Amino acid sequence: MKASMYLWWARFYSKGKVWILLSPALILVVFLFLGGLGFGIAESLNYMPIIGLNDPNFDAYRAIFSDKGFYKSLLLTLHVAITPTLLSVACALAFGLVLRQSFRGKKVFTFLFSFNLPIPHVVGAIGILFLFSQSGFFARIGHALGWMDMPAEFPIIVNDPWAIGIIIEYVWKETPFIGVIVLAILQSIGEDYEAVAQTLGANRWQRFRYVLLPLVLPGVLIVSVAVMAFFFGDFVIPAILGQTYPAVLAVEAVKDYTHYDLRNHPIGVAQALVIAAIGTVLVFLYMWLNRKFVRSDG
Amino acid sequence: MNRIIRWFAMTMIIIWVVAPFIPLWLWSFSLRWRFPNLLPEVWSPRAWLYLLKPSSGVLDATIDSLVIAVVVTVVSVAIAIPAGRALGLYRFRGKRFMEFLILAPTIIPGLASVFGVHGLFLRYHLANSLVGVILVHLISSVTYATMVMWGVFSNYNPEFEEQGRVLGANPIRNFRYVTWPAIFPGIVVAALFSFLLSWYQYLLTLIIGGGKVQTLAMLLFNFARSGDRPVAGALSIIFMIPALIVLFVTSRYLTGENAAVSGLGGGR
Repeated sequence: MKASMYLWWARFYSKGKVWILLSPALILVVFLFLGGLGFGIAESLNYMPIIGLNDPNFDAYRAIFSDKGFYKSLLLTLHVAITPTLLSVACALAFGLVLRQSFRGKKVFTFLFSFNLPIPHVVGAIGILFLFSQSGFFARIGHALGWMDMPAEFPIIVNDPWAIGIIIEYVWKETPFIGVIVLAILQSIGEDYEAVAQTLGANRWQRFRYVLLPLVLPGVLIVSVAVMAFFFGDFVIPAILGQTYPAVLAVEAVKDYTHYDLRNHPIGVAQALVIAAIGTVLVFLYMWLNRKFVRSDG
Repeated sequence: MNRIIRWFAMTMIIIWVVAPFIPLWLWSFSLRWRFPNLLPEVWSPRAWLYLLKPSSGVLDATIDSLVIAVVVTVVSVAIAIPAGRALGLYRFRGKRFMEFLILAPTIIPGLASVFGVHGLFLRYHLANSLVGVILVHLISSVTYATMVMWGVFSNYNPEFEEQGRVLGANPIRNFRYVTWPAIFPGIVVAALFSFLLSWYQYLLTLIIGGGKVQTLAMLLFNFARSGDRPVAGALSIIFMIPALIVLFVTSRYLTGENAAVSGLGGGR
């Protein structure tokens, strides 16, 4: 009896300890994150008993999905999330492959490469704006070199329909982030696998494609997913570097939510939730595609 | 061939790091800088002097940003240490679900929950207040800080605490002299991470603060869109100061190619 009591207590303590340790974080996530999501869902369904709205309906969602502008925004958002992710991964791999070689000044360049990790996106956006606008720094250099006379001759890169300005900023900021991870993985792998592949007759491309890439990709996958999820829901950079219409979904959602006409509130909230839903699906799809790609050729 | 590629890559890295900052500095010291000129026609410290004036609101915004970020950092780390310990050291039923729950805010953008949080805060009189802004900043800061501490505790050996206990240390002394030194580098990273996340936060502050709470990030965003390039340039440089401090600290604490530093890429 006594022994079993003791056992029970020991079990309770060892089990309970974990929950005591986790509880502050859980309270925060449950109340603020899940609470916010739940309240948002209710709001998007027009269900707010406190102010007398007792009949939930799908009006907000109907309004979104019947609006042609929404689909334009959605396509733009997908483009703005996926394109820079792939470009950043490609650039990061390229820089990683070069930086892992040993050469003079390697340390300095590795530090320089990671320099803009903690630099804020906004500052990057302002820098890109000053560089690439039609009267920007590059346009002035183009003029000095005699390539152009008027600002209007410089290609529209900022606030443009193809979101080039946004993409440049994202690639500029996230390439080093993914690149540092690539570099860390490459260094932990070493060069033994490649040496083996080489003695087996694999050429340069084959060594990269069938030896290095499958080893690097799982790590790259995790960071690039986080990066893509960020792009999908980002507001600040598209607001500074994007065109006015159609804008990215996040910008549209904020526009609706902060609209003076309160009837637009539920539409803004619903839009934010749709962004979250599509973004989550996109993340899982991306992970699934990458896994398949790695496995089938590994 | 290899050499040429390397030279090209190194040149690209230099351009990558330097290019966006050149026009920021030049604009911040210019009074007039019309199109074809490569350098400002009239140099002036006007933008910098303007930012120093109380009427520009920069001083107040800096104080607000600092107060919010420091509180968020302290609370995040205090929450992340036990949470990271639970996830990194113990196996328990429901662990996967807890991991998923705590990591969810990294995948689902803050935009999705912030409108609902705003609705909740309006009811409990937390909207348009500093406390409300701090609470909403905590969501992402705690998530990222927990990720860092989770990694730290995955490589942590609790048997040293056992030894401390055997040698007669009480739990407080044990934490102070055994656990704390072992996890300190991780705590530094988690703290820097939380600070930057809060310092850079724009959207959540806008929605929850409702314009009543003015942080430096909000001021900078407004100037970025206003078209006053000298002021936007100068304020950008001020806004980056914590990032530069972080670079300096991390390069000393976490020497060389430490993957932990890369976590700071989350500086949004």
